[in-house]
Amino acid sequence: MATVSMTVNGKAVTGTIDSRTLLVQFLRENLRLTGTHVGCDTSQCGACVVHVDGKAIKSCTTLALSLEGASVTTIEGLAVNGTLHPMQEAFREHHGLQCGYCTPGMIMAAVDIVNRRGHALDEQTIREDLDGNICRCTGYHNIVKAIAAGAEAMGGKAKPARQAAE
Amino acid sequence: MSSQSSSATGIGASVRRKEDHRFITGQGRYTDDINRPGQAHAYFLRSPHAHATINKIDTKAAAKMPGVLGIFTGDDLTADKVGGLICGWMIHNKDGSPMRAGAHPALAQGKVRYVGDHVCVIVAETLAQARDASEAIVVDYGVLPAVVDTASAAKAKTVVHVEAPDNTVFNWHLGNKDETEKAFKAAKHVTKLDIVNNRLVPNPMEPRAAVGDYDQGEGAFTLYTTSQNPHVARLVLSAFIGIAPENKLRVIAPDVGGGFGSKIFIYAEETVCVWVAKKVGRPVKWTSDRSEAFLSDAHGRDHVTHAELATDADGKITGLRVKTTANLGAYLSTFSSSVPTYLYAPLLSGSYDIPAIYAEVDAVYTNTAPVDAYRGAGRPEATFVVERLVEVAARELGKDPAKFRMQNYIKKFPHQTPVIMMYDAGNYGAAMKKALEIIDYKGVGKRKRDSARNGKLRGIGFSSYIEACGIAPSAAVGSLGAGVGLWESAEVRVNPIGTVEVLTGSHSHGQGHETTFAQLVSDKLGIPIENVSIVHGDTDKVQMGMGTYGSRSGAVGMSAIFRAVDKVIAKGKKVAAYVLEADEADIDFADGHFKVKGTDKTLDFGSCALQAYVAHKFNGQDLEPGLKEGAFYDPTNFTFPAGVHICELEIDPATGTTRIERWAAVDDFGNVINPMIVEGQVHGGIAQGVGQALLEGAKYNSDGQLVTASFMDYCMPRAGDLPSFDVGMTVTPCPSNPLGIKGCGEAGAIAAPPAVINAITDALGHEDIAMPATPQAVWRAAQKSLKRMAAE
Repeated sequence: MATVSMTVNGKAVTGTIDSRTLLVQFLRENLRLTGTHVGCDTSQCGACVVHVDGKAIKSCTTLALSLEGASVTTIEGLAVNGTLHPMQEAFREHHGLQCGYCTPGMIMAAVDIVNRRGHALDEQTIREDLDGNICRCTGYHNIVKAIAAGAEAMGGKAKPARQAAE
Repeated sequence: MSSQSSSATGIGASVRRKEDHRFITGQGRYTDDINRPGQAHAYFLRSPHAHATINKIDTKAAAKMPGVLGIFTGDDLTADKVGGLICGWMIHNKDGSPMRAGAHPALAQGKVRYVGDHVCVIVAETLAQARDASEAIVVDYGVLPAVVDTASAAKAKTVVHVEAPDNTVFNWHLGNKDETEKAFKAAKHVTKLDIVNNRLVPNPMEPRAAVGDYDQGEGAFTLYTTSQNPHVARLVLSAFIGIAPENKLRVIAPDVGGGFGSKIFIYAEETVCVWVAKKVGRPVKWTSDRSEAFLSDAHGRDHVTHAELATDADGKITGLRVKTTANLGAYLSTFSSSVPTYLYAPLLSGSYDIPAIYAEVDAVYTNTAPVDAYRGAGRPEATFVVERLVEVAARELGKDPAKFRMQNYIKKFPHQTPVIMMYDAGNYGAAMKKALEIIDYKGVGKRKRDSARNGKLRGIGFSSYIEACGIAPSAAVGSLGAGVGLWESAEVRVNPIGTVEVLTGSHSHGQGHETTFAQLVSDKLGIPIENVSIVHGDTDKVQMGMGTYGSRSGAVGMSAIFRAVDKVIAKGKKVAAYVLEADEADIDFADGHFKVKGTDKTLDFGSCALQAYVAHKFNGQDLEPGLKEGAFYDPTNFTFPAGVHICELEIDPATGTTRIERWAAVDDFGNVINPMIVEGQVHGGIAQGVGQALLEGAKYNSDGQLVTASFMDYCMPRAGDLPSFDVGMTVTPCPSNPLGIKGCGEAGAIAAPPAVINAITDALGHEDIAMPATPQAVWRAAQKSLKRMAAE
């Protein structure tokens, strides 16, 4: 067993874990943050996407111990003080979800796309950048629409953080 | 009733979904999110062999491993008198004898029959400990040859089940053989095709999971599980498998992350989880990983078919016959036998007036995972046969494929087909006309020439599908061998201040019932949609139900709600009559108010509810207090959604890459409650159909090893593989249910595969391409086409 400390959704957390514990297991089982999902064993489906230090990663293939001192944001930490993130709003408004299982990973990946690519996203860019996320329900049609709208709404409020930094 | 509402939340409005808030904030509650105090974890040791006897299972070393609470085998199930898994639909052979089914134990008894078959279960404090212990179990297998190939299984020397010595579960037929033979003898032209409908893995994004719990004080079990039909699960676990009587077994299916059929069935893992909870005296959780899902979720499709279509001198279709072999895998899953029979052959008339049809279906056992219903279930297989035959026939006869279809459409309703179904309403020509406009059919010639100038091959493909859903009239399915009735139940509970809970036997796993059902109830009762809550997925709350599959929740589930709401209004009128001191016959109900005809005396719905519960204004002997009504709705017919999908695509002959350029979908689902949700169902269905046509295929090697057992090997459709879709609708209300709904869940998955393959073969100029039409397959076919064109 080993001890790991990190910041999750703005709160300092410490856990004593089996060294083979994956980040997604740490989030779901130790912290009971069950919004992050596991949809495959091979880092293909993206249901487990969270942000680590502002970048999207797949939490199903990341050892929790490797993230000592990191800042992790999960779907539960995206809304601020009860106000939904524009990307969350966009997924609801554009019916970008059905069963909801891939949705947390989709939204976290979508925010990352905007952070990397800016807020004026064309359909092809969105479709290509969603390569690491699988949805079985929606046929992606409304997810693509939601991400374009969410990106625009994010742009209306503030410049994407990482693009500004670059 | 009206199909459109002026209300922003009523019938016909694209209301944003009530359930979405929890999903977009990570507050959904799926089975794996549930943790019970003291919970242990189960891991299944699975067979690495497709076919083997089990000579010995040595668990001694494993049992001593850290954290292990118990290891259980098929012998323990037998000792506890836990029954095997069942197949709930009896099919009879051509000679009238019953199908031949082997036993289906939840844990192997002496033999394993596919890779992934359940050898034993290990229960430990943690999942990692259970997995570690599984590696210390020594199984002495006697490996046997495997039967894998669908077409040749009946001739194989190896026998999967002794009960079926030629590996044939049944040989079944439907239709009129003599008339069909006559039609083919008299035909001017016969079109012949050999078709393989590729095997698919459903792959809902949430893997199956179960938490079994046993309350020693009450002597009662609870099973949390990823089910599309928790009441059917309870019925089977109680009445057939014998876990506990129904009153001592609660089944809860909370948020479920997609099903597509694969979560209808009662599987080994869920059964073992609830049984073993009592044995170890602890709650026990099992969650499938994706590899386990590939190995052990019921697969879909897997047909090999020879099909023929007869036409006369005028191009009128006069007959259709098929000979199909359907692979049912190693065991008969819950509804497996119905899929290649009554969900398949009755759809072989398609949208066409075909006077003579004859279908023969042989179902075979193989050493592969069980095959059962997957989105569309039999209907995609039938539609693929019909729409490929019709397309090829049109090309062979030199006719425009759209005109050929319109010439042969059924135009008068009701229409009795030669294969059971009585189509009640439709307008197939209207859908075709609209689809041709959306795709700009007139411009396709120019677009083909433009593509050719860029070195590309452009093709257009039609699919004029029909399906039978709203499953199903109980007496009808009973006469065909179903072990259950397929009605649905609803209970509408009005609270004293007029808010409403609707308990339904339908189950939502992505379909948006919490919104659509609330729209119906709020519209009918004239109350705000936020005052209506939908309760489903818990056998302790909802008394009984048949669950969600076959697009039955709108046509059947909502019809039950409709009837229950009518009863609430009827009771409300009685209450209002006392309160308003009027005759019951003089009370009208509209816009949320009970009103005395010809007066200004009214009582709003909430006040009526309160009066029903305080019961001061009437004698409780003449009128019972309370406002709560239930209904069971049994449909009078299947419903028949239909439509036309047109796919236009471009092939790069240098790489074999197929790019879908345009997709027009025009569907007739009857009346629509929420167009946004319905269009979403169409999009998702098309994506799965395109997946079948271009990307997906479950492959076993000759040893019976599944070589496509992860998302690295099995190609799921991703965003970049698909276009945006142009979705239009036509409406002919369904006459067979009070809402006029037909159902929309399977349409896209049924329509899409032949549209894609017809477009590819149009682009390539010949008919020989199998699904999935991968870049490699398309490249090979394109090279042949280019050579032939160069020679011409």
